Amino acid sequence: MHMADALISPAVGSAMWVVTAGLISYSAKKVKKEIDDKKIPLMGVMGAFIFAVQMINFSIPATGSSGHLGGAMILAILLGPYTAFLTMASILTIQALFFADGGLLALGCNIFNLGFFPCFIAYPLLYKKIVGDQITKQRIAIGASLAAVIGLQLGAFGVVVETFLSGISELPFTTFLIVMQSIHLAIGLVEGLVTTAVILFIFKERAEIIQGFPSGKTLGNLSLKPILTIMLVVALVTGGMLSWFASGDPDGLEWSVTKVTGLEELEAPEGIYGVLADLQNKVAIFPDYNFRDTNQAAGEPSSGQEAPAWAAVDSGLSTAGVVGSILTLVVAGGIGKLLQIVHRRHKKFAH
Amino acid sequence: MNKIEHRWLELRHFDELAAQDSLIHQLHPGVKVVTTLLFIVMVASFSKYELVGLFPMFIYPAFLIGLGNIPVAILLKRVLLTLPFVLFIGIFNPFLDQATYAYIGSFAVSGGLISFISILLRFTLSVSATLLLVATTSMDAIGLALSKLRVPRIIVIQILFMYRYIYVLIEEVMKTIRAHSLRAPYRNGVGFKVWGSLVGLLLLRTLDRAQRIYQAMMCRGFDGQVRIMRSWKIRTGDIAFLVVWTVFFVLVRLVNIPHWLGRMLLGGFS
Repeated sequence: MHMADALISPAVGSAMWVVTAGLISYSAKKVKKEIDDKKIPLMGVMGAFIFAVQMINFSIPATGSSGHLGGAMILAILLGPYTAFLTMASILTIQALFFADGGLLALGCNIFNLGFFPCFIAYPLLYKKIVGDQITKQRIAIGASLAAVIGLQLGAFGVVVETFLSGISELPFTTFLIVMQSIHLAIGLVEGLVTTAVILFIFKERAEIIQGFPSGKTLGNLSLKPILTIMLVVALVTGGMLSWFASGDPDGLEWSVTKVTGLEELEAPEGIYGVLADLQNKVAIFPDYNFRDTNQAAGEPSSGQEAPAWAAVDSGLSTAGVVGSILTLVVAGGIGKLLQIVHRRHKKFAH
Repeated sequence: MNKIEHRWLELRHFDELAAQDSLIHQLHPGVKVVTTLLFIVMVASFSKYELVGLFPMFIYPAFLIGLGNIPVAILLKRVLLTLPFVLFIGIFNPFLDQATYAYIGSFAVSGGLISFISILLRFTLSVSATLLLVATTSMDAIGLALSKLRVPRIIVIQILFMYRYIYVLIEEVMKTIRAHSLRAPYRNGVGFKVWGSLVGLLLLRTLDRAQRIYQAMMCRGFDGQVRIMRSWKIRTGDIAFLVVWTVFFVLVRLVNIPHWLGRMLLGGFS
């Protein structure tokens, strides 16, 4: 399942972007070293292949429901982990752009969840270890299924942790964890079965693709050191965010990136509000209306307040808020409509 | 029509939209990519219970829709189609967070309900901003922007290459699935026994295709480098676009404009 922009905080999103960008440039370096120029069209076409195959519904025996493929494990088995990771990254990017699966801020998370875990954890530590040098049908079946299931379980765990750290959803960690892991156990089993079926078919038809594909074993090998380094970085980033999370307001309400990055956000509105208050005093129907009373309410609640944070923010939803919102939306719509007319005019003159 | 055909048509549609020539389409792709990212980060950075303050952000997509000549329907359709996951996660907020957050008249509104609606607003905003980027910028231009933004070349080439072949492969999968469903009607998807051979054969054909493409590229002098022909110059308009929107996003983030507007209008009555 894809993380969505709407459920993620900028801190988590950008942290995962950094981690993923590191992984991508590391893989890109690796691939560049080992790649023959034959690989460039191969990667592109394989990416498009997985993208298209993801749209096929596979009916699940005895349930009447259907599932579809993630594809990372097939890619890892055929192309090796680095190339597979880059290919997954590009698939997820295209999906984020054109189908809004996930989103751009969440793209780092999604590439990590759906690319890193299967390519760099499940593939080398499970599939490779199980299949070994003696490739047999049974080993492929067990290795591919297990790697697909575990890869997806880790990915689902990633979604849970990222959602939890973002703090937008109210779902308690354990409940969400249990639900996600069990849903993804089912999805992972289907993924494992499809992957196995496809790889076994290829093994039967053209075994050389799997054994030494495409030119040697170099791409299949993976040293553990960079992976461990990356895991360490992830652990540090996560740990760092957790400690910020813990040290902030106890109910975690106001946890937002501005706090995390230590920006003095509360200072800023003062100046602007001062100017606005002046302006408002000039234009409002009753000039002596006290704007200052509401300035706390309109902005972020300040952390040192005695009263529950609820009371401080609620006037954002007062009548004024509602009226203002409607007005803003009308203005937004009006701007859109107006620009459409401008665009048509512009076109007319251009021709 | 099945899911594959729908997606195929949608991709085509975006491709056509991106091929238009409006003021937005003429902007430097890098500027559009950066502005879109900034917009999404700004939207995500609003406090969890923010509703009213988010509304001015709609001006940005409205601006692009209007000036870029993009039909709203295609955006709305995608928003609705991708909604389920967000709903699945967000729908629990109203049940889990029942503390009263505000009163509208005499109705008590729970914090969970507010944060749930806020999630939906964020979702609509970020999804439409992303789709508007690809609806106003061709994939080649996005590739160029990415390489200007120092994304490793191999991944840019990979994305462009993949995008080019998605059409070809979707058509192939579409044909295969149509053939399958004509021979195995009234089924919910491809049956268990043919998973391997159906996808496997497609895969083999794909690999052969990659081989042919490679040969064709070699015949045309491919040396492992993909050169992107078109170059864009950053003009004053591009910089103005970026600066104006950045200032706007920051302003909206810091000042609750609708609230202020409402107060101003209702000044004496509240």
